[in-house]
Amino acid sequence: MRTTIPVENNDTLAAVRGFLKQLLEAEVVDALLVPMETPAGTVTPALVSDPALLDGADPLAPVMGLNAARAAGRISVREPRGKIGAVLRPCELRALVELVKLQQASLDDMVTIGVDCLGTYDVPVHTELDVDMTAYLATAQSGELAPQEGQEFRDGCQMCEKPHVEGADIALELLGADLVAGIPVTLPDDLAAQLELKPAEGDGQRAEVIEKVVEARTQVRDERFTEIREQLDEEGIESVMAACVRCHNCMTVCPICYCKTCLFKSPVFDHEPVQYMNWAQRKGAYRLPSDTMLFHLTRLNHMALSCIGCGMCTSACPAELPVGQVFRAIGQQVQDVFEYMPGRDVEEPLPLVTFQEDEWMEVGEE
Amino acid sequence: MAETNFEPKIVAFLCNWCTYTGADLAGTSRLQYPPNVRIIRVMCSGSVDPTYVLKPLLDGADGVLIGGCHPGDCHYQSGNYKARRRIIALKEIVKNAGLDEERVWLRWISASEGGRFAETVTKMTKTLKEKGPNPMRRQWAV
Repeated sequence: MRTTIPVENNDTLAAVRGFLKQLLEAEVVDALLVPMETPAGTVTPALVSDPALLDGADPLAPVMGLNAARAAGRISVREPRGKIGAVLRPCELRALVELVKLQQASLDDMVTIGVDCLGTYDVPVHTELDVDMTAYLATAQSGELAPQEGQEFRDGCQMCEKPHVEGADIALELLGADLVAGIPVTLPDDLAAQLELKPAEGDGQRAEVIEKVVEARTQVRDERFTEIREQLDEEGIESVMAACVRCHNCMTVCPICYCKTCLFKSPVFDHEPVQYMNWAQRKGAYRLPSDTMLFHLTRLNHMALSCIGCGMCTSACPAELPVGQVFRAIGQQVQDVFEYMPGRDVEEPLPLVTFQEDEWMEVGEE
Repeated sequence: MAETNFEPKIVAFLCNWCTYTGADLAGTSRLQYPPNVRIIRVMCSGSVDPTYVLKPLLDGADGVLIGGCHPGDCHYQSGNYKARRRIIALKEIVKNAGLDEERVWLRWISASEGGRFAETVTKMTKTLKEKGPNPMRRQWAV
């Protein structure tokens, strides 16, 4: 059912908080995973059980310091667990779908609350910025999603062609809406009845606005893909990623990279000193830390099929490498081979854990 | 491109049940094939981690051969089917990362196909000679 949460005094955030409080007070969920304001002026996900504390919740803040899908997995992966409501951005929802398939999260006792994303800043940018929330929220209605004058959204957001909620239990449908008047929400009928919400017709602009946003973002994405693919093709990944310092930030922030004992944090690549000397003599020089490209190529093999394009890797890279562009561009190519779209459907098996006997019959036969 | 006297180095991961036994048969049958291949026996082509393939490629091996049982013949029922998808994904990634995916060969060779093993190594060695050395052999900054 589609309804509209009324907004009073032009305070959209208060209306969102009010709706979230309702979910807790009506005991739809035991606790909400939701971005909460911190004293630093940024937000961090927290599992909130006290409705009063939701006065500090801010799912609309235009900042993304981490992908909360990992947190959603952490609090849902095993029983016993409470009934959780997870307030997530579209890229976080997609990551969560992949984590469920990777058996790192469960949707069984979870109500997902998706919020359309109007674009986010990197943490340091957001911290310095005096955000004009009125202007920011106004971009939802026109679909002309843009950062404030002189600023840029995160690299991942700039080329995000899926900022609209798909497949959540409850969707806060910001796109196409006049958020000063009300927030359109789609939710299951039984839940609407429980919350005593009445159907309300939206203004019908959502589909058009999404189409417009998707088109604009896809264009940016494809330009970036073409650019990075040309670079990869001409120079190779060893040149594109040459400035990598092997800090593993990209891996740490990646919602898909879940291994607790990553190969690259293990002693597998620790060798006897004389071994490095041998290699240095064989090649004339030997890069240290070693195996930098092996790290990236292995990570590509592990998660490119599930890369949902949140771009946290780019945000986290101290060398400002286009990690997300590389991973998304190559990710799309390998996803196409398997006709797989990460985050699309929780029932769709991961390409590398399934197979058909009668596929690629020519492979291995020459 | 080809160096004079260039002898490619091939790292081969061969499944214990089929291709490794096939290689053994090639030997006991006294079939001639180039000595360019370094064989590593694995229990199943499905146990070949993509990292095993990437590591030699980045360190300068000229080719990597993965040998498994023909589809339907896997000792563990489905290992080679999974290997097939995994190697397809690996090659797609390697290609799009700007490396040469043609240096990675996946071949189904059964325990009775000693001749096919010898032919495969002969053909791979010839192809790699034509290609020339893996540029990664001289590349220190990987």
